[in-house]
Amino acid sequence: MFMSFACVYIPDFLVQAVVRGQPSLGKSALAVISGTPPLWSVVAANPAAFAAGIQLGMTKAQVAQFGDVVGARDTRARSTVQICMRSESQEKAAHAALLDAAWSVSPRVEDTAPDTIVLDLEGLASLFGSNENIARELTRCVAAIGLAARIAVAANIEVAIHAARGFPGVTIIPAGQERQRLSVLPVGVLATETETLDILERWGIATLQALALLPTLQLSERLGQEGVRLSELARGTKQRALVLAQASSTFTEEMELDDAVEELEPLSFLLGRLLDQLCARLEARAFAVRAVRVRFELQPSFEKDFQTLQEDLRKKPEMKQYEKLLTLPVPMRNAKTLLKLLRLQLQGDPPSAPIQKIYMTADAAGPRVTQNGLFVPIGPDPEKLEITIARLAKLVGEGNLGCAELLDSHRPESFRMVRFNVAKEKNKRRAKSAMKSNNNSETRATVTALRVTRPPQAVRVEMNSEQPGRVYLQGIRGEVVAASGPWRGSGDWWQEDSWHQDEWDLEIEFVPVGAQHRCAPSRQNAALIDSPQLQSASGNNCERIDKKTEHSSSQRGLYRIYYDVLQQGWFLRGEYD
Amino acid sequence: MRNLQRIGLGEQKANTRSILVPRRSPQTTMAATSLAALRSKIEADLRGRVASPFAYRDRNTFDLVSTGIPKMDALVGGLPRGAMTEICGAPCSGRTSFLLSALASRTKDGEVCALVDARDSFDPPTANSAEVALDKLLWVRCQNIDQALRAMDLLIQAGGFGMVAVDLSDVPTRTVRQVPLNAWFRFRRAVEDTPTILLLLEQEPNAKTCASLVVRLEAGNARWQEASPPVAQALLSTLRNEGPVPPEIAPRFSRELRGHPFARLLRGSAVRGDVMRSRIQIPEQRVVNIREGSRPKMAVPHKTDRESFETETILRSR
Repeated sequence: MFMSFACVYIPDFLVQAVVRGQPSLGKSALAVISGTPPLWSVVAANPAAFAAGIQLGMTKAQVAQFGDVVGARDTRARSTVQICMRSESQEKAAHAALLDAAWSVSPRVEDTAPDTIVLDLEGLASLFGSNENIARELTRCVAAIGLAARIAVAANIEVAIHAARGFPGVTIIPAGQERQRLSVLPVGVLATETETLDILERWGIATLQALALLPTLQLSERLGQEGVRLSELARGTKQRALVLAQASSTFTEEMELDDAVEELEPLSFLLGRLLDQLCARLEARAFAVRAVRVRFELQPSFEKDFQTLQEDLRKKPEMKQYEKLLTLPVPMRNAKTLLKLLRLQLQGDPPSAPIQKIYMTADAAGPRVTQNGLFVPIGPDPEKLEITIARLAKLVGEGNLGCAELLDSHRPESFRMVRFNVAKEKNKRRAKSAMKSNNNSETRATVTALRVTRPPQAVRVEMNSEQPGRVYLQGIRGEVVAASGPWRGSGDWWQEDSWHQDEWDLEIEFVPVGAQHRCAPSRQNAALIDSPQLQSASGNNCERIDKKTEHSSSQRGLYRIYYDVLQQGWFLRGEYD
Repeated sequence: MRNLQRIGLGEQKANTRSILVPRRSPQTTMAATSLAALRSKIEADLRGRVASPFAYRDRNTFDLVSTGIPKMDALVGGLPRGAMTEICGAPCSGRTSFLLSALASRTKDGEVCALVDARDSFDPPTANSAEVALDKLLWVRCQNIDQALRAMDLLIQAGGFGMVAVDLSDVPTRTVRQVPLNAWFRFRRAVEDTPTILLLLEQEPNAKTCASLVVRLEAGNARWQEASPPVAQALLSTLRNEGPVPPEIAPRFSRELRGHPFARLLRGSAVRGDVMRSRIQIPEQRVVNIREGSRPKMAVPHKTDRESFETETILRSR
């Protein structure tokens, strides 16, 4: 049984990497230029551009002029030739995506070159079937990440590489036919130095067949060890081991923009494209997203440039960075959901300047199991819930949303808000405890609830024989019917925010407005109502007056007030409801 | 002349009526047979979008769950799923105690609940003492009614919550009254056909006919208990900023304290509830005989001898 290797080769890799980032460019003739300005030259072009007459090495100005000349003869060609800058970030992302696609088929992958990878197909027959099926699956996976590939399968790694570089489409080379099949390929497919290729050209060696016929000894005398290697490659007898690449669990996509983006709508279009690419890569590796980190390079503002120039004319202004981290409670892979969450985050806190470059990194995790138990209550869909929480956070603020977690302290209001997450493990424990508690639920008593006033309202209290006898709440007089207290609590005296309070439970009967005479109406009540605490406690004057009226109409109620020893004042904690 | 005109008008009306009202003809039976075909065609067209469009569906039959208060469960059957329930009452009437009881009941069953707190008055320690699973409760702390209604809308649309409770107790009645009725209709429609209980806490009912169950709570007498001598001594010494009472004078001190107004403890209060409106119908038979094809017979709206219940709450924070 022979071993099998498949080689995936991406022709015109520079062009395809650019087109992957901007799919609309793939429909027209495209020339990719590179270099330092003003010496820009064409480094790659797609077949349509070559057909129009574009050649490698042309300067940008030549391409532009050429476009005009072509345009004079053929107006359609003029309008379709496009010039695009080479993007190393997009090439890097395309190469990473290619590796991910390969890993989705075989775990043993060699990272041969940016445009070439080799897979070990051993053991895949039981999964995919014949080599043709494996090649078809590879083609599908590579197409899913937005690249068009040439694929060759052979028993020899080097044969597979040269066949993929030389033959279009899918090529299957049976064992023993390597030399025969490679014979028609030009020597240009060999990965060697340009000088060597020039020597071969001067000798009149154009194909691998001609190279294979040359005697190895004489070739070695003239070209050295390189000649021997080339001869073995041409015969298809060169053997070597596969150098395995290490898979990473971090996925990164980058995009550099020609024109800075300022508004959210076009930005979300770009983010959506990057997320689509990321999710396709994650899907290829059977992963989901646990967290997405988006980093923007912002365009420096004019004022900043001016200041920098004043300080140091030669110093280049630093690019400002803006970063957003989207942490997900459950791993997900839905690009639309992720885009909605990112949009909501950016709407709440937009970048301060136009965006020049986008980096998007996804931390991968295993996909979540969606199967629940038959008897587990159906909860909110995690993806939908996350979007709802993001919308609610935008509405009420990030800190006003979540679930309360009690702190190990006797201080009143000792809790903190934590992120709401329906944890699976807790569910199981909860379900077990629920089974136990359901049995005695009939005997469970209703607890008297306390409605808290935030922040605590200042009240005036008149003491009568060592207990509160009369309470003035927002100017309304209330007679204390019964009292319990004081319940003294103090703590954190070793810190700056120490607390020391005497709490009272009071049953207060408020006197209706018409029946009562207000205590010190001119000064004390006015001062109380106009105090900043009350202003912040109540939304507006109208509501305050309304609430006051309601208190006046209520006959009797249970309240919790406290005397703050440190602030030397009485406050209303809340009411029992 | 006028009579002639009247006669003419009558003839015209008669002719018009004869045109509008189809006469009985042999084709009527044809129409009856084609009605069945039309029905089957509509059902085929709506397949996948509407499940059984011609099936009888009683909107007053709800899946009921426990409120956590046995007396109220016995009276109204429980809280209806897929419907709006209003709990109203004056301040200190026990609305929040009812809310905590319902939340504890739902979260204990493993359901995820949400609380929209219009004036940020929810107290997590009290909820914890009422056995509410705080990790299953999404707490939305709003600052006004506008935020609260928007948050409620978002939560209902998200779906999957066992209960969405909206606490408008501290919002002035005049402000709640300004919420248009069509908003309540929209909320009722959104929660319909879902397993979510929409619970509103207000000072007075505002959703009118949109609410399937309206209960008004009234505060009863507070229950006070005489404090035990050690507790009373501790309270008095705290008040006087004195140290612990020496053991030799403790008995005399206890006698002095007996009958002292503050030497008591708040134990809870009584709550009286009145069912103001209930559209809940409980099917006579829960199991439907599929072979006979009969729909479940509906009982009259659940009535009992009395329309009110009384319960008591217990203070656990001391």
